Amino acid sequence: MSDEKAPDQAAVDQSPENAPATTDPEVHAVGVRSGMFGVKGSGDTSGYGGLVQPVVLPGAAQRPFDGWHEEVASALDVALAAGGVEHAVESVVIHRREITFHIRREDLPAVAQVLRDDPRLRFEFCAGVNGVHYPADTGRELHAVYHLLSMTHNRRIRVEVTAPDSDPHIPSIVTVYPTVDWHERETYDMFGLIFDGHPALTRILMPDDWPGHPQRKDYPLGGIPVEYKGGSVPPPDQRRSYN
Amino acid sequence: MSTTEDLYAGTSETSEGRVFTVTGQDWDQIAEGLAEEVEERIVVNMGPQHPSTHGVLRLILEIEGETVSEARCGIGYLHTGIEKNMEYRSWVQGVTFCTRMDYLSPLFNEATYVFGVERLLDIEDDVPEKAQVMRVLLMELNRISSHLVAIATGGMEIGALTVMTIGFRERELVLDLFELITGLRMNHAFIRPGGVAQDLPPGALDEIRGFVALMKKRLPEYAALCNANPIFKARLEGVGHLDLEGCLALGLTGPVLRSTGYPWDLRKSEPYSGYETYDFEVQTWDTADAYGRFRIRLNEMWESLKLIEQAADRLAGLEGAPVMVDDKKIAWPSQLAIGSDGMGNSLDHIRHIMGESMEALIHHFKLVTEGFRVPAGQAYVPVESPRGELGAHVVSDGGTRPFRAHFRDPSFTNLQATSVMSEGGMIADVIVAIASIDPVMGGVDR
Amino acid sequence: MGIEEKLPSGVLLTTVEGVAGYMRKASFWPATFGLACCAIEMMTSGGPKYDLARFGMEVFRASPRQADLMIVAGRVSQKMAPVLRQIYDQMPEPKWVLAMGVCASSGGMFNNYAIVQGVDHVVPVDMYLPGCPPRPEMLIDAILKLHEQVQTKKLGANRLAEIEERENAALKALPTSDMKGLLR
Repeated sequence: MSDEKAPDQAAVDQSPENAPATTDPEVHAVGVRSGMFGVKGSGDTSGYGGLVQPVVLPGAAQRPFDGWHEEVASALDVALAAGGVEHAVESVVIHRREITFHIRREDLPAVAQVLRDDPRLRFEFCAGVNGVHYPADTGRELHAVYHLLSMTHNRRIRVEVTAPDSDPHIPSIVTVYPTVDWHERETYDMFGLIFDGHPALTRILMPDDWPGHPQRKDYPLGGIPVEYKGGSVPPPDQRRSYN
Repeated sequence: MSTTEDLYAGTSETSEGRVFTVTGQDWDQIAEGLAEEVEERIVVNMGPQHPSTHGVLRLILEIEGETVSEARCGIGYLHTGIEKNMEYRSWVQGVTFCTRMDYLSPLFNEATYVFGVERLLDIEDDVPEKAQVMRVLLMELNRISSHLVAIATGGMEIGALTVMTIGFRERELVLDLFELITGLRMNHAFIRPGGVAQDLPPGALDEIRGFVALMKKRLPEYAALCNANPIFKARLEGVGHLDLEGCLALGLTGPVLRSTGYPWDLRKSEPYSGYETYDFEVQTWDTADAYGRFRIRLNEMWESLKLIEQAADRLAGLEGAPVMVDDKKIAWPSQLAIGSDGMGNSLDHIRHIMGESMEALIHHFKLVTEGFRVPAGQAYVPVESPRGELGAHVVSDGGTRPFRAHFRDPSFTNLQATSVMSEGGMIADVIVAIASIDPVMGGVDR
Repeated sequence: MGIEEKLPSGVLLTTVEGVAGYMRKASFWPATFGLACCAIEMMTSGGPKYDLARFGMEVFRASPRQADLMIVAGRVSQKMAPVLRQIYDQMPEPKWVLAMGVCASSGGMFNNYAIVQGVDHVVPVDMYLPGCPPRPEMLIDAILKLHEQVQTKKLGANRLAEIEERENAALKALPTSDMKGLLR
């Protein structure tokens, strides 16, 4: 037990009773959230401004999984091994009964082909690609998320691929799932993720000569202050906000 | 005004050749210019402002005579940045944004977003039964109103104007019901995380039953006008053909997929909100063309009427049941009422939070200012919207705002089939094919 | 323009203004510029329950060359703005613009990168109609108010005098951003 409990010592070090109870053994931290009422600097006398909370996403799950998750995971392992890409799956996250496979981006086309064609997997339907930008997840800022549905077996999985901001390239799976054509174009338009092998990767929602990629976190919302008879309300991204 | 003087209409040389903008009084110039080009192909731009392109859709057609050799869609003319806007609002305020995406089926947008949020909050099983039944009721009413617009505008685009007037006449009945239950005709923001915003008003069940009875007399009119109509059949049969392989490759769902004969409906295969306890059939047709999709939409309206009847019967037995989840840290706190100075918190609610319960006041304050926090993670819960699979991919980082909310909109994916459906056909068939896909550009562009 | 522009101010011009105004407002054809949710409410106003045909307006002309009124119904995105201007330019005089809904009037709830914050950045607007979406009755109310404007629109020399008078008044008026103390 530590002798002096200094106020600036971390709570966990002050006493073992202060350790938070964790139900998830592994979590994946992506940055911190500081403060509570959006006040920075002086003016915050509540003390909440000093709060620092880690932002944690659900962590990797341990094999064996439950139910059909295990079926799909082992079928995928077998099929990938047969295809020569055993280490494509970096980790598997199971959260709220939804399973997410984190795949290495180089192996994505092979994995997609296997997911679609293997009879035990048979994920014939790709609902689309989505991009998510985690600026605090250094080295893996841009995520591309694919939702796959197997109509034969009536189950859904998610495949997630990451790319760093410095090298935002992900191989395209248009040849496997033609439906992601426009989805990949939209993800390129909104996030700047370049899908190598896409036949015509151009902007689809913004005008063709628009600079920047709007849905990235470093792109401002772009509103203007609203004025009404002498009063002015700043746009949503510049207002004081709660965390 | 000749083309050279008009700022937007000047003839320009591009990498693809010369571009002419026809604005009038310039026929001589155009004819001359075209005579100079040796090429036979003409690229025609239809839209984005066009009465028949179902919204702000730009169609770029390469035609030879009347036959379309290449058809491309230009979209993005209604891009609103809703998904980015939702990142700056709380989770409940996100409902008011997402409801305006696919503006003909607003309750489905809300439902898929709210299901995703509820899955992250892990309260999927705690949503009270009355809320679930009300959600089913509202979604099926929305399905009827959306199919009515699909049929009405589809009819208008091929020239059947009576179908348009009767379609909108029936839709008014549905909108009156929406106004009675949710307060608004469109863009309701009624389905909220945890339940629905307000309880059914008194007298609503009678109105619903009256509506069902009336619709049962009115729906046969559409069948009588269109089903065996030779002009209608001639324009719709065989047009926009896309078989099952094509549908699955291009990721199409909804009536287009069901017109190939494959009975895929998320209400049956992945039921949500208690759909597994209702009795209804999945409608299919086997011709995989525009006529089949029209018949499916008509039949789906009948099925929705069945579902509404069943929901109304259940609601009759759920008088006084809660419509919001019990957890006070999530449930939207206030009930609105019309007072002497307009609409605001009902006096009962104010008495409760100011006089009776400190916790209620704190909850009200925290929920309205900050909003609840959703545990970190991602969820994707799709629903069967009138156009197909509509899913919201909701990502949370543990905060009070959506970190990312992306909507997999069926119209966005279904529109990719335009090229496949139109190339080789005639220009008029392009219109019919797109009308049979029934895209809503708000959902396409978000 | 026509001969009515050359008439001198007086009783004759006033009578012609009245007649021309009546003709214009009684058969006031809108151009289809429905974009989003407001377009659906506009369509229902043309439908049987809230009949626009009783005002002579049920013919939504697809071609802007044949239209008098452009009802901008819905949110105008950055990509759509040049198209909006082109359609407006193609309409022949006299023309009016009604901004239907808050998105057309001021950008509405979408205060962001993708939406033009009010179509008056792109075209001159004669009537703003708030609502999200405005009920068909609200749209008809706005159209009727616009009818009054159309009826009383001056021609020729009277018009030039009116324009000058309005400009002078606007130059002297207090801008709304200087009107303080009104937010109570």
